Amino acid sequence: MAEEAILHIYRGNNDKGEMVEYRVPVQPGMVVLDAVHAVQAMYSPDLAVRWNCKAGKCGSCSGEVNGKPRLMCMDRMDKYPAGEPIVIRPIKSFPVMKDLATDVSWNYRVNKKIPPFQMKPVATSLRDADAKSAGSESRRDSATAEPRFSQEEADRVQEFRKCIECYLCQNVCHVLRDHEKHEEFGGPRFFVRVASLEMHPLDCGDRLELVKDQLGLGFCNITRCCTEVCPEHIHITDNAIIPLKERVVDRFYDPIKKLLRIVFPKA
Amino acid sequence: MDKYQTFEYDVVVIGAGGAGLRAAIESSANGAKTALVCKSLLGKAHTVMAEGGMAAALANVESRDSWKTHFRDTMRGGKFLNQWRMAQLHAQEAPDRVRELESWGAVFDRTKDGRILQRNFGGHTYPRLAHVGDRTGLEMIRTLQDKGIHSGIDVHMEVTIRWILKDGNRVAGCFGYQRESGRFVVYKAKAIVLATGGIGRSWEITSNSWEYTADGHAMALWAGADLIDMEFVQFHPTGMVWPPSVRGTLITEGVRGEGGVLLNGKRERFMFNYIPDMFKGEFAETEEEANQWMAQTLAGERPTARRPPELLTRDVVARAIRREIRDGRGSPHGGVFLDIASRRKAEDIKKKLPSMYHQFKELADVDITTDPMEVGPTCHYAMGGVRVNPETQESTVPGLFAAGEVGGGMHGANRLGGNSLSDLLVFGKRAGEHAAKKAKEVSQGTINADEVNRVAAEALKFFGDEQGENPYAIHEELRLMMQSLVGIVRTDEDLRAALAKIGEYRARAAKAKVGGNIQYNPGWHLALDLKNMLDISEAVTKAALERTESRGGHTREDFPETDKEWGKVNCVVRQNKDGIQVVREPRPPMPAELEELLKKD
Ligand SMILES: Cc1cc2nc3c(=O)[nH]c(=O)nc-3n(C[C@H](O)[C@H](O)[C@H](O)COP(=O)(O)OP(=O)(O)OC[C@H]3O[C@@H](n4cnc5c(N)ncnc54)[C@H](O)[C@@H]3O)c2cc1C
Ligand code: SF4
Ligand code: SF4
Ligand code: FES
Repeated sequence: MAEEAILHIYRGNNDKGEMVEYRVPVQPGMVVLDAVHAVQAMYSPDLAVRWNCKAGKCGSCSGEVNGKPRLMCMDRMDKYPAGEPIVIRPIKSFPVMKDLATDVSWNYRVNKKIPPFQMKPVATSLRDADAKSAGSESRRDSATAEPRFSQEEADRVQEFRKCIECYLCQNVCHVLRDHEKHEEFGGPRFFVRVASLEMHPLDCGDRLELVKDQLGLGFCNITRCCTEVCPEHIHITDNAIIPLKERVVDRFYDPIKKLLRIVFPKA
Repeated sequence: MDKYQTFEYDVVVIGAGGAGLRAAIESSANGAKTALVCKSLLGKAHTVMAEGGMAAALANVESRDSWKTHFRDTMRGGKFLNQWRMAQLHAQEAPDRVRELESWGAVFDRTKDGRILQRNFGGHTYPRLAHVGDRTGLEMIRTLQDKGIHSGIDVHMEVTIRWILKDGNRVAGCFGYQRESGRFVVYKAKAIVLATGGIGRSWEITSNSWEYTADGHAMALWAGADLIDMEFVQFHPTGMVWPPSVRGTLITEGVRGEGGVLLNGKRERFMFNYIPDMFKGEFAETEEEANQWMAQTLAGERPTARRPPELLTRDVVARAIRREIRDGRGSPHGGVFLDIASRRKAEDIKKKLPSMYHQFKELADVDITTDPMEVGPTCHYAMGGVRVNPETQESTVPGLFAAGEVGGGMHGANRLGGNSLSDLLVFGKRAGEHAAKKAKEVSQGTINADEVNRVAAEALKFFGDEQGENPYAIHEELRLMMQSLVGIVRTDEDLRAALAKIGEYRARAAKAKVGGNIQYNPGWHLALDLKNMLDISEAVTKAALERTESRGGHTREDFPETDKEWGKVNCVVRQNKDGIQVVREPRPPMPAELEELLKKD
C-alpha cells in the first residue's frame, strides 16, 4: 500500500562515481535523510552519510537535493513531486570522501586562524554588587566575577551564535564554489564567527585585520546567496558581513580616522 | 602491530561532547600532552542537541537558592541512590563552571539587571537553569570547542575507539579505527578519559543519535571496570510521537518550564492526579493554584502559590503519561497533549523556544503557538555508568577515568533536567585534572601486540564471501525488543525473556556480514557496535532483574513499591570469566550535616 520514492544517490569518491537508483517505501512525514537510511537498511549498508540530531540542530547532514543545498533531516519528501526521482548529491564545494560525506576539514583550519574570545577586564562597577546572596554558599573563584550586559546586547550576537556549522553557506558562496578561493577567503560561516566575537559585549580582541587580509572579506560582493540558504535564518550578509565591511573601511580606508589614530592612538 | 599507525600521548580523551572537551582543556592546562578523539566531526556530539539549560545555583533569579537546595533536589530526584559526594561536588561547583563558561565567551540569556537568566525545570525548587533559548547545548559545545582548539590539544575526528589496552592491571592505551579510511590506529597513553555519552540506540523510541551505542560503557566493562546503577534508564516524558519519521525526537522540558501544560485526550490536565507522597504538599493541587504560580512567575514576582505538577521529576511524569495512554485517554497518535499555545503569547514562544517552534512547523506541520503538541515518553539518558571515585573520576581500573553521561553515580535512580550539562563541566574538569596528574606519576605502559592483533582480526571478520545477516536487521530487532521488554515498566518474566533474546542476537551478530570495503562503511561500523549494545543491554537487563522494587527510572510491575532496604544498596555490574555479573553494594554513609539537609522541609 505504501507509496514508493525513487532516489538517485551519488555513490563514489572524489575521483569517480555514479548516480545509483534506489526505491524505498514512503511514510508520512518522511524526510530525505530517512529515505537515505532506508537505502542503507534495505540495499546498501555501506552507503556513507553523516547525521546526528535528525532535528536541524547539529549541521551534519548537509547535501544537495535536486540541486538545492539542504539539511537532509529537515527536507520533507512530500515537498517533491510524487513519482519523480529525487536526486541526492554531496555538497559541491568540498572534496567527496565517499558517497554523501565530504571532507570539510578546511573549515576547521580556517576557524583555527581566528583568535579566540578574549574577556575584557570586568570593571568593579560591573561586578555583582551583592555577591553574598549569590555565591556565599557556593565556592567561587575570583577569576569568574560576574559581568553584566543586557538581553538586547546579547540578542545581537546570539543570532550569530545560532550557527550549526552546516557549511551550506560555504557551499553556495561563488567565491568558494566557482572560484575556489579557499586559500584567500574564509567564507560566510567565518564572517559570522568573527562578527560573533567582534560584537560580543565582553570581548576585547581585534580581528579586523585578519578578516580583511587573511579571510579576504573584500572578495565578498554581497550576492546574499549565503543568507538565502542558512537553515538557522542568520542574516549573514546584512548583520555580519556588511557591518564588518563598514568597520574595515572605517579602520583602514577612512583617511581622517586613520590620521586621528596616528595622532591620538588611544582614541 | 607495527603495521598500525601509532600515536603517543600523556592523556587520551575519548569523546568530544561537553565532558570530553572540558576534560581535554583541563588536562592540557595541567601540562599533559592531550589528544581528543571522537566519532563525529568536532562540534556535533550529543551535547550540541541539549536544549533546556544547565542547572547551577547561581541564585540570580531566586536569591534563596544555594548549593544546599540544589544538592537536596538532586538527591530527592535520584531517590537517594546518588553517590552523595558527587551530588555535593556538583551542586557546589556548578555555579563556577557556568561563570567560567561565560568568561570563555558563552552568551546566556539575561535577567533584567543583566545577569545570567535562570528558568524553572522539573524537580528544581527554584528557577535554576542557565540557558540560551532552547539551544543551550550548542552554546556550550561551541564555546568549549573554540576554547579547546586554542589549548594545544590534538583533535582526532571521525575515529572510533574500540578497545582499551592494558598493561597488567593499568591502562596502557587504546585501539580503534579511522572511519573514513577504515585503517586501525593505536594510541599509547598514560591515562584515558572516557567521555563517550550514552546508550539509547538500543531502544526503538529514543532521543539519542547513532553515536549512542554504549561504546564507553562496554569498553569499561571489558577492561574490568565496575559499572553502577545500570538498571536506571531515563525515559523523557516528552518526545515527539507523530509523524513516524520523528518519533522519539526530544521536546525540551523547557516547554513546561515556560508554562506548558499536559492534557490527556479528553483535554483534562491530569498531572494533579499523580503527585507522589514524597512531594505531597509541595505542588499545586488545583488548576487555579497552578495558574496563579504561572502568573506570579511571569510577572517576575516570588510565587506564593505552589508549583504546577507538570514540573514533577521526569520519572513521575513519564509514568503518568504512560498510564493515561494505557488507560485509553491518549491523543490520536498514541501520546498526550503538551500545550503552550494557550498559556503564552506567540511572540514569547518563538523567542524562548525557537527550535521547538521550527521543529514542529517543519517536521510535523504543527504551529505550537496556536496548537498543542502530541508527546510521549522517549528513551533519553543513562543514569548508570562507570563507577568512579567522586573526587578524581578514576574508575576501578587504574588510569581509566570517566566523565559525563558515561559516568555513573551522580544521578542515582533519576536525573533532574539540566543536571547533565552541569555534570559535564564539573566532572569533566575534575577528570581532566586528575588524568593529567596521573600521567605525571606514571610512565607509559607496554602495549600487548597480541591483544591489538586479536581485536583487529575480530573487527575484520564481518567482511567475507559467506552469507550473513545485515547488521541493520539485527539492530532493529534489538531495539524493538528492548523497548517492549526492558522499557519504562518491567517484570521478571519480560526481563528473563529479554536475556534469552540477547543471547540469540549475540549469536546472529557474530555472524553478520557487510558488503563493500573498510572505507567509510556505516554497515561495518554498526556490525562492530552491536557487540557493545548487546553487552550493555545485558548489563541493564540483569541489573533490572536484580532490583526487585520500583524506584526512579526503574519500575517493576511485579514489585511496584519502593523498598527502604533497596535504598541502601546500589547494583554494581562487572564482567568476569563467568560473564556479566551483578552484585549489590552498600551505599557509602553520608555525613550527618548532609543527612540533615535531606530531612529539612
Ligand atoms: C535532545 C537532547 C536534549 C537534551 N537537553 C538537555 C538539557 O537541556 N540539559 C541537560 O542538562 N541535559 C540535556 N540532555 C542530556 C545531555 O545533553 C547529554 O547527557 C550530554 O550532552 C552528554 O554529554 P557527554 O559529554 O557525556 O557526551 P556527548 O556529548 O554525547 O559526546 C560523546 C562523545 O563521545 C564520542 N564517542 C562515543 N563513542 C566513541 C568511540 N567509541 N570512539 C570515539 N569517540 C566516541 C562521540 O563522538 C562524542 O564526541 C539532552 C539530551 C538530548 C539527546
Ligand atoms: S554575500 Fe558574500 S559571502 Fe555570501 S554568498 Fe555572496 S559573496 Fe559569498
Ligand atoms: S551560517 Fe548558517 S548556513 Fe552557514 S554554516 Fe552557519 S548555520 Fe550553516
Ligand atoms: S542530522 Fe543534525 S542537522 Fe541534520
